[in-house]
Amino acid sequence: MEDFLIKLPLLLDSMIRLSVPLLFAALAGLFSERSGIFDISLEGKMLGAAFAAAAAAAVMDSALAGLLAGILVSVALALVHGFASITQRGNQIVSGVAINFVALGLTVLLGQAWFSQGGRTPQLSPDGRFGELTLPFADQLADVPFLGPLYEGIISGHNILVYAAFLMVPLSWWVLFRTRFGLRLRAVGENPAAVDTAGVSVIWLRYRAVIVCGLLCGFAGAYLSIAQASGFTKDMTAGRGFIALAALIFAKWKPVPVMMACLLFGLLQAIPIQYPQISLPGIGIVPGQVMQALPYVLTVVLLAGFIGKAIPPKAGGVPYVKER
Amino acid sequence: MKNELPRWVDMGLIPLLNVTAAFLVSGLVVLFIGENPILAIQEMIFGALGYGEGFGFTLYYTTNFIFTGLAVAVAFHAGLFNIGGEGQAYIAGLGVALVCLSLGATFPWWLTFPVAIVGAGVFGAAWALIPAWLQAKRGSHIVITTIMFNFIAASLMVYLLVNVLKVPGSMEPATARFAAGGTLPYLRDMIPAFGFSPANVSIFWALACCVFVYILIWRTRLGYEMRTFGFSQSAAVYAGISPTKIIVVTMMISGALAGMMALNEVMGQAQKLQDNFVAGYGFVGIAVALMGRSHPVGIVLAALLFGILYQGGAELAFAMPAISRDMIVVIQGLVILFAGALEHMFRPSLIKLFSRREPALAPAE
Repeated sequence: MEDFLIKLPLLLDSMIRLSVPLLFAALAGLFSERSGIFDISLEGKMLGAAFAAAAAAAVMDSALAGLLAGILVSVALALVHGFASITQRGNQIVSGVAINFVALGLTVLLGQAWFSQGGRTPQLSPDGRFGELTLPFADQLADVPFLGPLYEGIISGHNILVYAAFLMVPLSWWVLFRTRFGLRLRAVGENPAAVDTAGVSVIWLRYRAVIVCGLLCGFAGAYLSIAQASGFTKDMTAGRGFIALAALIFAKWKPVPVMMACLLFGLLQAIPIQYPQISLPGIGIVPGQVMQALPYVLTVVLLAGFIGKAIPPKAGGVPYVKER
Repeated sequence: MKNELPRWVDMGLIPLLNVTAAFLVSGLVVLFIGENPILAIQEMIFGALGYGEGFGFTLYYTTNFIFTGLAVAVAFHAGLFNIGGEGQAYIAGLGVALVCLSLGATFPWWLTFPVAIVGAGVFGAAWALIPAWLQAKRGSHIVITTIMFNFIAASLMVYLLVNVLKVPGSMEPATARFAAGGTLPYLRDMIPAFGFSPANVSIFWALACCVFVYILIWRTRLGYEMRTFGFSQSAAVYAGISPTKIIVVTMMISGALAGMMALNEVMGQAQKLQDNFVAGYGFVGIAVALMGRSHPVGIVLAALLFGILYQGGAELAFAMPAISRDMIVVIQGLVILFAGALEHMFRPSLIKLFSRREPALAPAE
């Protein structure tokens, strides 16, 4: 128990770090899916962005250039998904699978061709990464009981993308629920024909939604390779795009619950790192694989409607065909 | 404008154009890296078909793709998207391994093999059953649940391999090697020209499964019901077909077929159950089914093409070090993109072309 309390700040700290890529990606998926475009290629877009960010940051020695490159590649992949699912009215799942494969292959292929380090990108210098920021007064407040460690150890000391991720939550909420663009975007995911009748272009709205999705996935990927790590390694997203997708469904396609779900799934990833041997009374030692599988199990249970009900946007996955 | 195209265009020309587009883009990627795409293709084709051992490897990869391609295709016929072949095959590996470990030491391979087939089928089908039941009864989207089940399967199998099945004292997360009766004869035992390739008799079972799938889909009442359900769910319900039955039965057949892949990998090649042996073959099944138009003949051809890609790609990585094996993954992705998601890209221009050339066949309505 004492051990538990000592490690608690560390646990919460790694929970925040691990939930950031999930949060960016899940918010990305929120925009796309709310507009009626299912997206299982969050994983591929993150991976492409992570590689582009690390490659550009290594070559130009600038974290900002890396972030921009990551966003650029991610948006380009998002546009491919948009072209296939909006313009060509193709199957959105198939297109997502294709993008995941292309990203998985191209990142390593180009990494090997350009840097010859087995698909890795070169180790980044401090300039090529987003460094940790110390928030004002963190050192002075460190001795205040309870609040001090909370502020100094958990809230302060992250890189700028972490704070950006949590700012994206109210921003996404505001865009989706308080602007005209957001209203139309949600409408196009529920009843595109009505939006079309009102004289608003369904196609252009959906394209804007997938571009926002690409943008946010770009942040997610860049966070992985040039903020959390200092370089790209093969398949470094390791399924995070799918955990983000699970979080999005678990949160029933709503921004604030998305944050909660991402923090929960981040916590589940952090527990085996900080407490490799947890034992529960009556059960014994809980294997780390249980924590790994839990986000997916929870999502399946929720989807099945055993705890609440997750109802996806009505027009999700259905290409829009203008009636004559 | 009429939307009809001649059958040969629909079934032959359009897939050919799509695959050609995918390969053209792949060629551009090779050019971009700074290698010669023509030489790369020559290298790949020789590596995959040019000599016995290479061809043996090609057949070995082809076997996996036939199984996973059939799995996806069967689900497609009922309008279902089984993206969970990966997890179903992984769990089926457990079924195969349990059979081989318990029977392999006592019985010859030809007695173990049928039991292993049942083991693979039952375990694969069981892993597809829960997503199917949830789709049928609770309305949860089968694509999402099967994706989630892939990850759950991965965690489960790692747990079992590390904590239960691992050989004590060994570091490798794998079972003990199967005894001789738990392994399949290699093709090289009959045809020495196949060198050291792991192609084995499970390829004959793969071809037999193609025949079974053809009979099932086009020659049985169940297959007719599946296709009806895939064509129009409301029409199927109106005709008295139970959606629950079709969804559950189709997904279990699909899961069992995906599971058969484990015969080739676990019983044939590795002769033990290893961590992550499915390695993406389940996902490639989607590309195979799309390219093969969900028809067994098309699937065999598409599986052979992917077998050539896998083996040729491995040889290519030796011959041109700038092109790593990951080129194959890129080509797979592009094939899925062009043959699947962008399937109708060339259709409008082809319709224009054909309606201009054959005005007599399209009388005014």
